[in-house]
Amino acid sequence: MAYIAMATGFLLILIGFYGALTNRNLLRMIIAFTIADTGVNIVIVAIGYMHGRTAPILDSTVSAAEAVTRIIDPVPQALVLTAIVIGVGVTALMLTYAYKLYERKGTLDIAQHTELKW
Amino acid sequence: MTVLMTAMSIVFCSAMIGAALVAIHARNGQSLPIAILAAGLVSLFASVLFLILAAPDVAMTEAAIGSGLTTFLFFFVLARIRASAQSGTSHSGGEYD
Repeated sequence: MAYIAMATGFLLILIGFYGALTNRNLLRMIIAFTIADTGVNIVIVAIGYMHGRTAPILDSTVSAAEAVTRIIDPVPQALVLTAIVIGVGVTALMLTYAYKLYERKGTLDIAQHTELKW
Repeated sequence: MTVLMTAMSIVFCSAMIGAALVAIHARNGQSLPIAILAAGLVSLFASVLFLILAAPDVAMTEAAIGSGLTTFLFFFVLARIRASAQSGTSHSGGEYD
């Protein structure tokens, strides 16, 4: 199960980078980056998964004494939780830049933005 | 139980890869809102996969922020670009797609 998720995560990273490199529309490039972002998150959570254990929540069924042998390491999940929120911030920043570029040039085609080419 | 979980993860993973390919594929004049919705669908399937991988907190955050808020942001920017494409007479092309 974890290997299936890990393979899917790597495939999503590759699909996202392929889309970011082959599309010329700025919004489509940002969509591809969000897909690659999701793939990275899936890979990290799948690495932290341990077979036969439950979610890291202490309650009446999983006591604190036996938690070490029964729950999954919550550190990768906390890292991914932070990465999701930061990913939304990065996506919003990229969308802002895309809108500002559209305001200047009137097009979203990346081939039309030639200020740094000479 | 384990067989059921494995079968479910295979189904969700293949659906996620299909949605990602739909979001990336730009030929045949496919519209931009379809690509945005397909990217949101990838995040939604990813949240179910996080739940299968025993990470319910990550699943909640991915469904709310990664799927909901990101799709909203994309449509917000797309609506602004469309509004300035229709009203803006200074821009020559008005081509956003």
